[in-house]
Amino acid sequence: MIIDLPRFIDAERPTWTELEKLLDRLHEEPTRVMPLEEVQRFHLLYQKVSAELGRVATFACEPELRRYLESLTARAYAEIHETRERGRRFRPIHWFVNEFPRAFRRQSGAFAMAVIITVVGMLFGGLATTFDDEAKESIVPQQFAHLMGDPARRVAEEEKAKKDRMGGHHTYFASMLMVNNIRVSILTLGSGILFGIGTIIELFYNGVILGLVVVDYILAGQTMFMLGWLLPHGVIEIPAILVAGQGGLVLGKALIGYGDRASLDERLRGIGKDLMALICGFSGMLVWAGIVESFLSQYHEPMIHYWQKIVFGLMELSALIWFLYFRKIADPEDAP
Amino acid sequence: MNTTLKIRTPEGIAFSFALAGPVARCLAWAVDFFVILAILKIMVLLVTVIGFISLDFQVAAMMLGYFLVSVGYGIVLEWFWRGRTIGKWLLRLRVMDAHGLRLQPHQVLLRNLLRFVDSLPAFYFIGGVTCLLSSRSQRLGDIAGSTVVVYNPKPTEPDLDQLLAGKFNSLRQHPHLEARLRQRVSPDEARLALQALVRRDDLDPIARVALFSELADHFKSLVTFPPETVESVPDEQYIRNVVDILFRTRAVEAKPAAPQPAGALG
Repeated sequence: MIIDLPRFIDAERPTWTELEKLLDRLHEEPTRVMPLEEVQRFHLLYQKVSAELGRVATFACEPELRRYLESLTARAYAEIHETRERGRRFRPIHWFVNEFPRAFRRQSGAFAMAVIITVVGMLFGGLATTFDDEAKESIVPQQFAHLMGDPARRVAEEEKAKKDRMGGHHTYFASMLMVNNIRVSILTLGSGILFGIGTIIELFYNGVILGLVVVDYILAGQTMFMLGWLLPHGVIEIPAILVAGQGGLVLGKALIGYGDRASLDERLRGIGKDLMALICGFSGMLVWAGIVESFLSQYHEPMIHYWQKIVFGLMELSALIWFLYFRKIADPEDAP
Repeated sequence: MNTTLKIRTPEGIAFSFALAGPVARCLAWAVDFFVILAILKIMVLLVTVIGFISLDFQVAAMMLGYFLVSVGYGIVLEWFWRGRTIGKWLLRLRVMDAHGLRLQPHQVLLRNLLRFVDSLPAFYFIGGVTCLLSSRSQRLGDIAGSTVVVYNPKPTEPDLDQLLAGKFNSLRQHPHLEARLRQRVSPDEARLALQALVRRDDLDPIARVALFSELADHFKSLVTFPPETVESVPDEQYIRNVVDILFRTRAVEAKPAAPQPAGALG
């Protein structure tokens, strides 16, 4: 094939410019819906440029022209062959309150698995502290050093306190809790990339510590204190970590692909939106848990009755269960 | 390790992207690291003002700000700047969908959040090793997000006017054969001839003669010019003439301006 390049460039340049302008507009206005005539024109331009690239690709000269046509074709290809929905006008709150529960329900098997792993960990931690006096020292990490001592003594000290220990530090403490918990949860989800093993270890370890603390306080006869202390923030924080674990297990399952005929790439692409919804979900939950833990959980009797904190915690839990399991959700919203 | 990502469209058109290796990515990350440090420094100055109202708010804002900047920097820039961060832009790298499709927000989010795992146990060890072992130079975050990082080199064509200056090109006396030569020479062959000319002074004299002789024989076998046109032309000059024809489609004075590369990939 012989082509007269200068004439070819002069003749086809308007086509390239038109396609480039269309692509720029698509990028600048991602929510815009093209009318049918424009879609047809866009497709025609794409086919023309593709054909021109085909002609030039076998042609040794003008490498710059070839690169230009390649880049134009690649951009148009990305728009035309993308089968995932193009976002309409993104409404973050609408997206969050619908997509988070939807993803949660769609991946509920993984959530059940996360709960089982955590419960097994709790049983292990509970049994360890019941039968081994040194278990607490050897299992509980340094960051929870305040849990090492005798629960009864701690309760006595907390209840005797006349001064507001958190006075002047609530916001700092809340933000520290948020950042730390979100970071740990991201790690819990992200370590699912190690075929789910990292997530399983994280969930199990969290369960061990939780079981250890709970049983330690029960054995010391401080059940009411423990419930009043843990429930207000724990009913949100612990499910948030479980949701992170759910995401990690979904990721691990997609990597292993047992019983799934789809390719690894397809499997991972299939879970991307669910993982994003779960990440946003647990992050939102942990922000709330951080606020509650800093502004409410740290106060005990006589400042606030335990039963009030317990009722508050149970109300939160009910609302969470309703939101995740029973709330009627709108039809699928397009991705942002 | 594969160095190119080839994409073939259903229309049968193929195009490729050069995959970025761990070294270039590491350098881009280093630049981003310093940019993040600079942003944090500015943030600290701004947050100091809050300290006049409440020290508690100031420390909280600092902590949240640090977290949001360190996590959100890559997410926000890669999403709003077509897969680029400042480090990637400087090193001409870009994140793209592994299938050449439109980059989605969840892909950007996943690849950035999985940095927490990629950076373990220290200095991106897991991510670096995965990148080396992966056929598409992907770290774990890229695998989860189904993304790749590609290299968009700036077209740096040699100065042909200087390279080919002052020489009469006898082959241009036969426009039909000139056109046939352009048609028959593949892009790789053209690039090879060009590189031979660009690097000719680096070659050992004997190797230089042998190389240009071999190249001339090859190009002569593709198109036969009349003997009177080529018989007194040395092999190196013959290749110079061939490159002149291949890379300068018109006479120098009438060279058409090539279009600029498309913005997204430039």
